[in-house]
Amino acid sequence: MATITMARDTSEQVNTADVRRARRKQNLTGWLFISPIVVGVVAFQFFPILVSIVASLTDWNGISPPKFVGLKNFSEMFTDDPLFLQTFKNTVYFTLASIPLTIGIGLVLALLCARPIRGVAFFRTAYFAPYVTNVVAIGFVWFWFFQPDNGVINGLLSQLGINGPQWLSSSSWAMPAVIMVSVWQGIGYPMIILLAGLQGLPNEFYESAKIDGASAAQRLRFITLPLLTPHFLFLLITQFISSFQVFGLIYVMTKGGPGHATSVYIYNIYQNAFSYGKVGYASAMAWILFVVIAAVTFLQWKLQKRWVFYS
Amino acid sequence: MRIVGKTSQYVVMSLFAVAFLAPLVWMISASLRPEAKVLSSPPKFLPTDTQWSNYGDVFSLIPVFLWNSVKLAGLNVIGILIVASMAGYAFARLRFAGRDIAFMVLLATSIIPGIAYLIPQYIVFQHIGWVDTQYPLWVPKVLTPVFATFLMRQSFLTIPNELEDAGKIDGASTFGIYWRIMLPQTKPALAAIGVFTFLESWNDLFGPLIYITSENLQTLPVALAQFQGEYFTKISLLMAGATISVVPVIAVFLFAQRYFIQGITMTGMKG
Repeated sequence: MATITMARDTSEQVNTADVRRARRKQNLTGWLFISPIVVGVVAFQFFPILVSIVASLTDWNGISPPKFVGLKNFSEMFTDDPLFLQTFKNTVYFTLASIPLTIGIGLVLALLCARPIRGVAFFRTAYFAPYVTNVVAIGFVWFWFFQPDNGVINGLLSQLGINGPQWLSSSSWAMPAVIMVSVWQGIGYPMIILLAGLQGLPNEFYESAKIDGASAAQRLRFITLPLLTPHFLFLLITQFISSFQVFGLIYVMTKGGPGHATSVYIYNIYQNAFSYGKVGYASAMAWILFVVIAAVTFLQWKLQKRWVFYS
Repeated sequence: MRIVGKTSQYVVMSLFAVAFLAPLVWMISASLRPEAKVLSSPPKFLPTDTQWSNYGDVFSLIPVFLWNSVKLAGLNVIGILIVASMAGYAFARLRFAGRDIAFMVLLATSIIPGIAYLIPQYIVFQHIGWVDTQYPLWVPKVLTPVFATFLMRQSFLTIPNELEDAGKIDGASTFGIYWRIMLPQTKPALAAIGVFTFLESWNDLFGPLIYITSENLQTLPVALAQFQGEYFTKISLLMAGATISVVPVIAVFLFAQRYFIQGITMTGMKG
């Protein structure tokens, strides 16, 4: 009896040792597979994030040893740096103007492309082409389009008898010009997202609405738009994050000018860090940006109950 | 009624198409004109006095930038596909201690926008002597493809267990199962990630702008942006350069449109 138990015990011990060895091997294999990305995220994200938090509390040019200054960078932004407030306002202006335009026109184009019509692939590609095009090439073309005297835009306006503004060299028109280009370039994205949404809508709603005699406008207002609200929420969040960090078009078209009329927040960070060597201050600015983006995203997420409809 | 509807739909769609394509048509047409005829009133959108020599002129200026852009795009695409597919495979199909926590932590890092650590990243690279080399333009990107890993995980999750079991019975190693049996099943996801990574790398302006100062290491977008200062008055040359930078993108897009759109709608990822 005792021997039998003993025998069972040893065989179980062998088994657990085997199992343990196999499990250890499994764990090792798994971690080997994910080791490149784990090393990468620790080295290129975690570590810099820690450095960035510390740097934001220092006076540092990136070369000589940093000097701890506490929250001075943060208080300086709001009290002693008019450019901080101006570039923040410019970014808000850019964002508030470009988001409704890209999503709104993107919706119109998605609705047009969703109806069965011959040649729709061509139109989709045409609307989408600017989105994949290099921002430098786009900036070039529009830079010359907006030339006040011999540019294409004012040339076309003069055909209509309108005397066009100075565009990029006017402090009040430069930002609208950049916004126009950004909207033109960015529309392909919401269009594709909404098109995917439209193609996934259930047909039954439309059939019963037609039987009830609902007009096309009513179907759009009471069926299509409510069913697309999850897509609108997704677009609001992603578009906000990306337009709050706009850089390329500004760099190519205006370099922030005239004056600081089109200088946006990221451009300001870029200049502080890479032109003026104010690394600590630029890091602090980056964290303010992070807090704003996180707060607005959180707010959008919380407010979704009021308007997002899940069928 | 239906005919009227269709016609007006075509009219509206064509007007939009003109608005979206006109600047690109103008770019190509301006690149083919003699300098004196680039800007005209009223503006012209079709080539006049076609002059191909602009391309020869601009091409002699850019081979090294073109090569740098091609090389970086290639490194990024291949590297990200390997790293993301390996990690995605492990997260989807392997069991190991700490897997789910590691996955959650990876996803959580993607919430912090790049700008928050861009400056310290620069300082770190400065300390290890990577500033003014091309390493910062691919090593950190290849080693942190969090979204691509997420996408690959989703793709591996959809593959039925039978395939994997057959491989195990045949005595294939875990790596062999991943590489020879599972990876070929995820071609659509690989294609979507590949196309996306190519476009992002090819169009990147910010990275090369801050990291590269030596002219012979610079990429096409930054070189073009700097041309604008140097060759300010030679618009036809600038437009020829811009056109060259757009051609590969349009080619990739036409060729892989399906995967690109799939990539966007599946993940909503964007650079």
